[in-house]
Amino acid sequence: MSTKLDIYTTKRRGRVLNGLFTAACFLATITCVLVLLGLIWNIINQGQDWLDWDFIKHLPSRFPEKAGIKTALWGSIWLIGLTALFSVPLGVGAAVYLEEYAPRTRWRKLIQLNIANLAGVPSIVYGILGLGLFVRALAFERSVLSGALTLTLVVLPIIILASQEALRAVPDSIRRSAYALGATRWQTVWHQVLPASLPGIMTGVILSLSRALGEAAPLLVVGAMAYVPFVPEKLSDEFTALPIQIFNWTSRPQEEFHHLAAAGILVLLVVLVSMNAVAVFVRHRYGKKIRW
Amino acid sequence: MTNERSDKEQSVEMHGGEAAVIGLPRSTSLEGAGGLWSRLRPVYEGLIHTSLLICASISVLVTVGIVIVLLYESIKFFYDVPVIEFLTGTQWTPLLKPQHFGILPLLCGTMLVAGGSALVAVPIGLGTAIYLSEYASPLFRDIVKPLLEILAGIPSVVYGYLAIVFVSPIIREIFPSAGVFNAASACVVVGIMILPMIISLSEDVLQSVPISLRAAASALGANKFEVTVRVVLPAAMSGIIASFLLAVSRAIGETMAVTLAAGATPKLTLNPLESIQTMTAYIVQVSLGDTPAGTIEYRTIFAVGLALFLTTMTMNLIAQYILSRVGERYE
Repeated sequence: MSTKLDIYTTKRRGRVLNGLFTAACFLATITCVLVLLGLIWNIINQGQDWLDWDFIKHLPSRFPEKAGIKTALWGSIWLIGLTALFSVPLGVGAAVYLEEYAPRTRWRKLIQLNIANLAGVPSIVYGILGLGLFVRALAFERSVLSGALTLTLVVLPIIILASQEALRAVPDSIRRSAYALGATRWQTVWHQVLPASLPGIMTGVILSLSRALGEAAPLLVVGAMAYVPFVPEKLSDEFTALPIQIFNWTSRPQEEFHHLAAAGILVLLVVLVSMNAVAVFVRHRYGKKIRW
Repeated sequence: MTNERSDKEQSVEMHGGEAAVIGLPRSTSLEGAGGLWSRLRPVYEGLIHTSLLICASISVLVTVGIVIVLLYESIKFFYDVPVIEFLTGTQWTPLLKPQHFGILPLLCGTMLVAGGSALVAVPIGLGTAIYLSEYASPLFRDIVKPLLEILAGIPSVVYGYLAIVFVSPIIREIFPSAGVFNAASACVVVGIMILPMIISLSEDVLQSVPISLRAAASALGANKFEVTVRVVLPAAMSGIIASFLLAVSRAIGETMAVTLAAGATPKLTLNPLESIQTMTAYIVQVSLGDTPAGTIEYRTIFAVGLALFLTTMTMNLIAQYILSRVGERYE
């Protein structure tokens, strides 16, 4: 890093202050790391004894010993699958349009600002939008479809921003050489720009889907059920999801349910960490092949 | 950057139209069909252009949709409840008789959590950002940064769980007067939640301060502490404040952790040991019940959602504006 250049001379003056400040900043950093490790240790400690195959395979139940996350797990799989189906083409398409097609006018700047702000809108507001739009106005009711469409709105701005970043990283010389050979704009995008930016786009997609997997607030507003005794089989079925199940167990006063919540969190975190690992893998494995 | 872009636009204008006529590998391989394909190509390109345009438009429509849905139900709400009563009333009991619709208790709870979490996150976050940017060895950075990214990826419902099972008991140990549900535990976990955001944004801003400034100050005889505090920090200050704004805006919109940790008692208090309710937690509370559509109780969540949306949108816009100017000064 440029700031690591050794430009500093050690002098007597202010050495104590310098030392104290450095120590305070270091302490802050260490606090962050320790908090993280402490939190994870606490969850593992609380949940590990309750985590077994029965927990994965059982339906939710009033009795903590019998309760499992089968419906929640399947609900989450449905939601993520559908959300990916809706949000990836839309998000990547929008990013391609903004980066490769849109003329650089004030309108484009406005759209850009709009997307950046959408990424900062609280997810529960998307829940309210989903409730008004999908559940009521379009009458999809409290279905898996409504939930997935709502999550699509939540992750869309993130996917667009990440994909734009990836597209921007493709050097212009690639586009120019394609145009010089007589390729049309879409041929240039499809055969040159998109393949080159694919690792970046995929990383963004995986990270935003892992965000969607952890979302509970918008799903609660759209009407995910705390207790669903069956696995969703079609788009119009009622549903629950892992974060909802965890919320439900956590909000009960009994200690046993807190252990169940911890076990549920462990499952969720394992899935999230593996998704992140895939993202890191993709970035390293396929990002390195391209040398411009 | 902008120059390169406009160059590209030009080259595209030049080639875009002609390419279709010249013909491409695909059309030469199919004799006869080639003529048809080159006539169809502009149509095909146009179709793709249009569908991509639709994709981009949807992102704008989402904003329009949010505003329309929130306004539509809110206007009906304000038909029954005067705006003045909504904004100045000190009691919020829409689900109980007698009903009161003053948003101040919810606003107060939200600000209490936002302020408290900022109190937790700002000093630690800024210190960490400074350490990582100015002091840490590259190896240390490479280890700590991914760890903090994990912190950023933990879902908010998990923080709610930690507040109840882990943080709240500790707070009750120290302050026996605290309730099981209290604002303080929400502040702590939301503070931890927004930490990664403050760290990564502030660190970016600190890194964008040019090395020449540091070298110049150092050449004038300043030691590292003086360089960091008197030169680098002031130079990065606007960007750092923007990162705080974004983080606080995130804390205001945070839902699951505050719903679980802070309880459901809309109260006009600044005592962090009491149970309170935030705007987001209220929306969840109504969603969990079975409030039929069309009733005034149902419409309250749209009014509260509108207030929430306007608050966070304003803060985000200000932060975006500040961040867009960061770095410009030194170019």
